[in-house]
Amino acid sequence: MAKYNSHILVCGGTGCRASQGEEIVENLTRAIEENGIENEVQVVRTGCFGFCEKGPVVKIIPDNTFYVHVSPDDASEIIAEHLVKGRKVNRLLFVDPETQQAVSESKDMGFYKKQLRIALRNCGFINPENIEEYIARDGYAALGKALTSMTPEEVIKEIMDSGLRGRGGGGFPTGLKWDLTRKVESDVKYVVCNADEGDPGAFMDRSILEGDPHSVLEAMAINGYCTGASNGLIYIRAEYPLAIQRLKIAIDQARESGLLGKDIFGTGFDFDVEMRYGAGAFVCGEETSLIHSMEGLRGEPTVKPPFPSEKGYKGKPTNVNNVETYANIPVILLKGSEWFSRIGSEKSKGTKVFALAGKVNNVGLIEVPMGTTLREVIFDIGGGIKDGKKFKAVQTGGPSGGCLTEKHLDIPIDYDNLLQCGSMMGSGGMIVMDEDDCMVSMAKFYLDFTVEESCGKCAPCRIGNKRLYEMLDKITKGNGTEEDLARLRNLSNVIKDTSLCGLGQTSPNPVLSTMENFPEEYLAHVKDGKCPAGQCRSLMEYVIDEDKCVGCTLCSRVCPVDAISGDKKMPHVIDVSVCIKCGACMEKCKFGAISVQ
Amino acid sequence: MTKVKSLDDLRKMRDDLQSKVNLREKSDHPEKMVQIKVSMATCGIASGAKETMNFLIEELDAQAIDTVVTQTGCMGYCYAEPTIEVTLPGEKPVVFGHVDLKKAAEIVEKYIKNGELVDGIIPVNYETVDEKNNE
Ligand SMILES: Cc1cc2nc3c(=O)[nH]c(=O)nc-3n(C[C@H](O)[C@H](O)[C@H](O)COP(=O)(O)O)c2cc1C
Repeated sequence: MAKYNSHILVCGGTGCRASQGEEIVENLTRAIEENGIENEVQVVRTGCFGFCEKGPVVKIIPDNTFYVHVSPDDASEIIAEHLVKGRKVNRLLFVDPETQQAVSESKDMGFYKKQLRIALRNCGFINPENIEEYIARDGYAALGKALTSMTPEEVIKEIMDSGLRGRGGGGFPTGLKWDLTRKVESDVKYVVCNADEGDPGAFMDRSILEGDPHSVLEAMAINGYCTGASNGLIYIRAEYPLAIQRLKIAIDQARESGLLGKDIFGTGFDFDVEMRYGAGAFVCGEETSLIHSMEGLRGEPTVKPPFPSEKGYKGKPTNVNNVETYANIPVILLKGSEWFSRIGSEKSKGTKVFALAGKVNNVGLIEVPMGTTLREVIFDIGGGIKDGKKFKAVQTGGPSGGCLTEKHLDIPIDYDNLLQCGSMMGSGGMIVMDEDDCMVSMAKFYLDFTVEESCGKCAPCRIGNKRLYEMLDKITKGNGTEEDLARLRNLSNVIKDTSLCGLGQTSPNPVLSTMENFPEEYLAHVKDGKCPAGQCRSLMEYVIDEDKCVGCTLCSRVCPVDAISGDKKMPHVIDVSVCIKCGACMEKCKFGAISVQ
Repeated sequence: MTKVKSLDDLRKMRDDLQSKVNLREKSDHPEKMVQIKVSMATCGIASGAKETMNFLIEELDAQAIDTVVTQTGCMGYCYAEPTIEVTLPGEKPVVFGHVDLKKAAEIVEKYIKNGELVDGIIPVNYETVDEKNNE
């Protein structure tokens, strides 16, 4: 085996790959050969580094230099300068937006400083398509330890003591779930990994599967040992081709190494994993729908109880856990529940991965200890709001969650605190909004999603959400009344109270929380016919300032609906009854004479 | 692919594979380790810096001393190439000149293992030199 002096880690997450990550790898490899250093430098494709905003990202080891926005053309310079001559390529270093200084090491970047990576420990560190790198990082040692030196009860106790709660949204104690499944007597049981990840804007689970698939396989096997199951199923949406491909490779390699299959570690324990593909329906992330979908039935939820742990896939006891929940398991067994339970807040232990998106400077994937505040996440790690705008709200928990505002910024993030503020942890999507975002439109956006995704089984969810959407639409078009606001609130509560599954029980949350936190904004829409954020087109009027207009006629020529009239060299006017508010005139005007009111 | 038939198999495999990721793990905590920078500009390479670097990597590895060896640009002591800069944990960096293989072995034995200074130290103002490199 060649002994390499330097490793070049190239982010192989979906985002960086889409921006020519593969060409970067090819060009680096070629440049390495051209310089004759192929026995010294190894190029490794890893999982997601998290700093997607700055991708494609390339990291040079051992000096830990972090290059951002790398293009395939930069490869030869990186090799010739950095690897051969030891000179950093300064123009590719990350520039700290505050100090304007180039920062070369990731640990000195605000984005990484407050992070603690447990579930993402191997993402961006190992090659996910090589089981050897996982084993070198103590991979499968937790499974080995459990099988050879612990009883299933002891393993479950360790998980219980760690305080780990489900990362799929509900926050159910993981050890307790395993114990429930274990206690049900059955000849056959199943272990399921929920990799449906349907929240808009969320990509935590995808990144874990792409960056560290073996950690999930290992944890599923441990789960099988504890619950008495020998069959594992991964339910993953077909829209995740790279994660699927890496999982397949991982399963094959684990089988070849005897870490999945029969008589694992010579202990007589059998466990194997298969994949099931979903068509990408949000409701199929709900565990009973997921199970029906795997059975080939319609993806519709059913009443609980019976819980899957009693009667799940094919009527057999089934333990369903989320991807990120699984990714925590091997570390807990190796480092101990005591270590894990020291991290986090009182009732929420460990860390949480968030997909940070929207109007923040550092869009990306982050992992922080539970109890970190929103302010730290958005301003320290996220680098604050884009273009120096003002923070307005952040939506956590996706379409099931609520929006949080300025006054929530210093609340430590954990399951219970978020619920108390009218939002929820959900799976970890976090969408940041600034002063230009209209809260009514935001609620409408999520309702649009829920209307699409409702399976249609319950009338309140199927019909009610549609009505909610229509009312919100009416308000954003300037036709809403104050009675509509009362109706919105009322209907929201009915839907929550009368829907069968979590989808309907939570879908009005974006409406309720925006109404709660931004009542004046709703009122402005219905009473004054104004959208304070200036986002609702129907409530805006384009006007031409007579004093500034020189009558150049550019605007009237660009208007697609001929709403602008006026003689040459004379001030023009917009006919508001014809104007469709496309904004083309404003863009064209060279004299700043057109404005929105 | 080798089959893992027991926990011992896995442990053995892990130990054999450790070197695959060792470099990356070490680089996460360089301050706890001996750090060596080898000046590898044209002048350094011409006077044998590469051989010195390879020797250091192999020697320290064989002696199981946790070290991060990196290459750096011209340190500005072209008259004394190959030059290396050694930083012991918690100590100020020290630059050595004319480090051929013999000298390198001496530095490992005396300075790195026992903290004894050896001939050939170049007195420097670390910060200015480093900044110069990064220009
Ligand atoms: C509408 C809806 C969508 C859901 N989507 C997901 C999902 O995408 N991924 C997930 O792990 N859990 C999802 N859940 C939660 C699952 O029902 C289940 O609680 C979870 O997979 C259990 O795993 P955990 O205990 O490890 O969190 C969803 C729930 C509802 C109501």
